[in-house]
Amino acid sequence: MTRLTVPKTYKLYIGGKFPRSESGRTYEVATKKGAFLANAARASRKDARDAVVAARAAVSGWSGATGYNRGQVLYRIAELLEGRREQFVDELMATESLSKAAATTQVDTAIDAWVWYAGWADKYVQVAGNGNPVSGPYFNLSTPEPSGVIAIVAPQDSSSLLGLVSVIAPALVSGNTVVVVAHEAAPLSAISLSEVLATSDVPGGVINILTGSPAEIAPWLASHADVNGLDLAGAEQLEWVDLQIAAADTLKRVSGPVVGVPAPSVERIVQWTETKTVWHTKSLI
Amino acid sequence: MTENNKALSVKAPSFLDYAPAPESTSILHLKKHYGLFIDGEFVDGRGDAFSTISPATEKEIASISNANNADVDAAVAAARKAYERTWSKLSGADRGKYLFRIARLVQERARELAVAESLDNGKPIKESRDVDVPLVAAWFFYYAGWADKLDYAGLGPNPQSLGVAAQVIPWNFPLLMLAWKIAPALAAGNTVVIKPAETTPLSAMIFAEILQQADLPKGVVNIVTGAGDTGSALVNHPDVNKVAFTGSTGVGRAIAKSIAGSGKKVTLELGGKNANIVFDDAPMDQAIEGIVNGIFFNQGHVCCAGSRLLVQENVHDEVVDRLKARLSTLRLGDPLDKNTDIGAINSKAQLDRIRELSNVGEAEGAERWTADCVIPENGFWFAPTIFTNVSTSSRIAREEVFGPVLSVLTFRTPAEAIAKANNTPYGLSAGIWSDKGSRVLAVADKLRAGVIWANTFNRFDPASPFGGYKESGYGREGGRHGLAAYLESAGWAAPAVTKGGKK
Repeated sequence: MTRLTVPKTYKLYIGGKFPRSESGRTYEVATKKGAFLANAARASRKDARDAVVAARAAVSGWSGATGYNRGQVLYRIAELLEGRREQFVDELMATESLSKAAATTQVDTAIDAWVWYAGWADKYVQVAGNGNPVSGPYFNLSTPEPSGVIAIVAPQDSSSLLGLVSVIAPALVSGNTVVVVAHEAAPLSAISLSEVLATSDVPGGVINILTGSPAEIAPWLASHADVNGLDLAGAEQLEWVDLQIAAADTLKRVSGPVVGVPAPSVERIVQWTETKTVWHTKSLI
Repeated sequence: MTENNKALSVKAPSFLDYAPAPESTSILHLKKHYGLFIDGEFVDGRGDAFSTISPATEKEIASISNANNADVDAAVAAARKAYERTWSKLSGADRGKYLFRIARLVQERARELAVAESLDNGKPIKESRDVDVPLVAAWFFYYAGWADKLDYAGLGPNPQSLGVAAQVIPWNFPLLMLAWKIAPALAAGNTVVIKPAETTPLSAMIFAEILQQADLPKGVVNIVTGAGDTGSALVNHPDVNKVAFTGSTGVGRAIAKSIAGSGKKVTLELGGKNANIVFDDAPMDQAIEGIVNGIFFNQGHVCCAGSRLLVQENVHDEVVDRLKARLSTLRLGDPLDKNTDIGAINSKAQLDRIRELSNVGEAEGAERWTADCVIPENGFWFAPTIFTNVSTSSRIAREEVFGPVLSVLTFRTPAEAIAKANNTPYGLSAGIWSDKGSRVLAVADKLRAGVIWANTFNRFDPASPFGGYKESGYGREGGRHGLAAYLESAGWAAPAVTKGGKK
């Protein structure tokens, strides 16, 4: 007798919790051949705004943690993901119609990307910061600090899991919190990742994941006054110039569309930071 | 000055009486009319010429060409040609040598530049002579040395220049902002079209002469004068690769919108409403001087001015009393007089804005105090003014006045000071006054601002990055970070993790 399976309800991930869309809407996620997989939540403007509120509330704790601490938390995501490799491989094979080998490569690469970025958390300041030899009796130091809340459109053309990890991990390294719109057609691995996040040590609200239509949600994030940065990595098919124009209202930092999946790079960490330069006056002796 | 002296002479003699010591303008050999500087030559603009006046006397100094769209096209074309044919082919060492030459020529003509700057801008000669012009030379000297060392700028090996940079600068530090923009751009291998502010084009014209003396290859730096429409034509020109703007947040926002999607790299250095925090254990003598320097330096026409004074409640009265006493000794008047502390407001438009916001401050319930000083008959002047009892929601506590107007607010705990300091959409600078080093470090960590001065204010250095958080703009000018605004990484060796991903 074959066992009847227990399918999962895929919901949003906001503030460390798994709410349905407040709009009550869902959309059908299917294999490339059209077989039904799940009903994913179709996030609304209100969900996006709730996610920004959660992300803002999480900024002070996450950015206030030590780099060593953030590094361990990010590394722990890799540990937990490693333990659930098979689940992610199966999910990617179904949602992206990948071979087992291709799905495995994607999951492994995503795990390794977490490890790579985790190691930066207590080092990027040394690379991006600077002691400045000013002409005067001052101790002058430049240090990068997180920009705040980063809204992200995850890569949409392939690699739903790796694409997501490749845009959220670099923003998290310095202490930003994120609101990310997942791969629209293949959103399941993003929600499964949020289950990993919820059981790892990432504080609630640091990573908020929305599923649904990037075209519908991104404008609300781009124009949101409490968002500091906008990553349009996966926005090539959207009206991304309009999103950039909306972002200019509050002079958000904007990163443009990327073809494929962005490679790991220290620039992706530094682009979501602000350089603070402090002049300390030396006393007379 | 004669009117001023008569007015002073009716007062009882005091230790503040002094003999005027005006800097002579005979060192200047100004032309009656200045053209645009395009492709190494002065050429007439095709728009209607305008006058640049001295804000201290309202008298015309010179007539200035107005660049229309065709002129901007010509300037960008000259910069493109120079980029393709000359500047990008030159070695970093040679680019550096040209910048060293410029630094030296600025030093040689320092007095002339200082007099021209004070005449055209209205700032006291002691500031243009001791701050603006020396920093201009220092900026070129600093970036000159970078030109052949770009591999060490932190962008990976062999970073690439961007091409033609469109630069639009404000009137508050005309020559210094020009140096902040041009020096790193040229060091990194870009060519430049720069637009000075319409009220202060004079020192840029003398700078063009310096470029001729330096024998800088033609077209590497082009200077187009004009107003907002010239600037707009420049930043929106399809053949520029980089836009750098210093000015108001309103214009910065408009630029960010107009070039969205163009792929142009942008740096914006915009407004601020910066907190200057005075704790009760502050070194009070230095703090009073620092507060004065923070907001009354350059008539408060400073984007990073410490315009919001946050004073710990128990020392509020002492600080305000001492400030009033100190401000009463400041000398307002002829910018060219070496005794002058407070010069002229740069323009009628700016004076109107300062007056308007000050009136709003009063109407919103703040208490206004203005230093008792004689205001010259002609020109644009605003006496140093302090507002106390300012509420956090008042417009003078939230909007940039860009004038010699200080808003005083109080706090009780460091946490309250930090919360109030950060309660603004801006994030350019902040000051902390305290003798307790550990507290200074902790507070500096929490302030959301790009430049923080601890027990000092308004310090600038070419080695020190400058720029804001939030709506004060993005990108940094100065230091190693300032180079990144004019370079593109050629890419680092990809980490091993990338096997599944691609750039």
